[in-house]
Amino acid sequence: MNAAVLAAETAARQSYSKLIAFLAARTRDVAGAEDALSEALAVALTEWPESGVPHTPDAWLLTVARRKLVDALRRRRLDEDASAHLQWLAELQGDEDDAEPAWPDRRLGLLFACAHPGIARDLHAPLMLQVVLGFDAATIASAFLIAPATMAQRLVRAKAKIRQAGIGFEVPQGDALRERLSTVLDAIYAAYAEGWSDPEGVDARRRNLADEAIWLGRLVASLLPDEGEALGLLSLMLHTHARRDARRDAAGDYVPLSEQDPARWDAPRVDEAESLLHRANRCIGAPGRYQLEAAVQSAHAMRRQTGVIDWPAIERLYDALCELTGSPVAALNRAVALAETRGPAAGLAALDALAGDERLAEYQPHWAARAELLARSGATDAAQQAYAQAIGLEREPAVRRYLQQRAAALTQRASPAPGPWR
Amino acid sequence: MEYMLMIYSDPNGFDKLSPSQQAEGLAAYGAYHQALQKAGVLRNSNRLRPATSATTVRLQSGKTQVLDGPYAETREQLGGYFLIDVPDLDAALSWAARCPGAAHGIVEVRPVWAM
Repeated sequence: MNAAVLAAETAARQSYSKLIAFLAARTRDVAGAEDALSEALAVALTEWPESGVPHTPDAWLLTVARRKLVDALRRRRLDEDASAHLQWLAELQGDEDDAEPAWPDRRLGLLFACAHPGIARDLHAPLMLQVVLGFDAATIASAFLIAPATMAQRLVRAKAKIRQAGIGFEVPQGDALRERLSTVLDAIYAAYAEGWSDPEGVDARRRNLADEAIWLGRLVASLLPDEGEALGLLSLMLHTHARRDARRDAAGDYVPLSEQDPARWDAPRVDEAESLLHRANRCIGAPGRYQLEAAVQSAHAMRRQTGVIDWPAIERLYDALCELTGSPVAALNRAVALAETRGPAAGLAALDALAGDERLAEYQPHWAARAELLARSGATDAAQQAYAQAIGLEREPAVRRYLQQRAAALTQRASPAPGPWR
Repeated sequence: MEYMLMIYSDPNGFDKLSPSQQAEGLAAYGAYHQALQKAGVLRNSNRLRPATSATTVRLQSGKTQVLDGPYAETREQLGGYFLIDVPDLDAALSWAARCPGAAHGIVEVRPVWAM
């Protein structure tokens, strides 16, 4: 890509979320702000590569977007809100010459609005990706395995809700901050996890999603530098991101964490993740979910120096996570850690206690863990059954192949499950 | 609600695989089939013989026309299907994503018109 175009895109992108947040915080019309800004961006991306990025790109974009907003408001039937907004927009003039924008950074408020309890939980992450980062509905739909038309419709409705229900852009204070912040962090992590599920990096748009989630994580961590959970989430994402390349060998086959070569981890990223976790641990308050999960990743990362995995530490961390969240996935990971510290029988007993949990019935790692522990304790047939279930639930071909190879290694003869495909 | 997951893929792709890769591919379908069954969502499923074995029939100007080959000569051909019963499209898409056909071809998800 041409350097001028790249500079224009980078500057435009930097400004985008700030301007959406600023405009929408006042009008609560997220869709209107997006329309105005996307038009302004289109103008910028044709003009800037020619004329160079303006001295104050924010102000430049705001001026163009403001004009578009005024036009749009005038086209609408003039209600009370519209005239108030028009007056506000008129007063915005003159900012363009200021070196520093005279308007506040409302991005944190925008994130809180996207993750508001009044909006369906599974829409928090999609909404953030669209509103704050400008992703289109089709890309978001692919990442979250939702039909594009459905996703577009849900996003439109969510934005209408922000406007109609008057969802505020205020950053909550005190206890409410902690509570609401956790939903913001959950949404960022959901976006990261969806980006993560494309480790082969086939889908460039989705690979981008993990990076974008980290960007959001950095934004929140920079705006709330004393919140341990915000730092914890960023640390967690950086730890896992550091291992991205190590998860495939030269042949493109899946390599599980415990067998990865630490030399292939991204060392600066691991270091940054570690220092963030140290900062998080010095924050006030008991460690939350993300701090604990980052600590688990940190224990795995210690293998860089020690050459061994500190399973007793990991077991204690999952104990704490189970206590804190009651999550079946935490309980599953605890069972895996138990198998390492006290043997496969202890791990299996812990897994058996989870067998009835509906939430794990179609969760691939649950079956893979069960298969692995059954295999280790010599229950070959039961292990084969569990492997088949894990293989049937897996989405990624490389992981599927890995599980198939593990299953095949159990017995000499290949014994695929019967079915119409034979 | 019933959804048909239709797998479109290049029939030559399978022939190009080594015998062990073919066995692995078929076993992956077997495991997928089992997972659908275990989840209690599978209604029916079949693998179709290659499109070269297809014959089309239609009535044109009062005359029955019989032609060799599939309806459309495209690289990807319908190779099999899974009929599943799940609460909504989101659930159907999550099963479609797990189908081995999504990796070696394309899975088309269509709701069944309830009779």
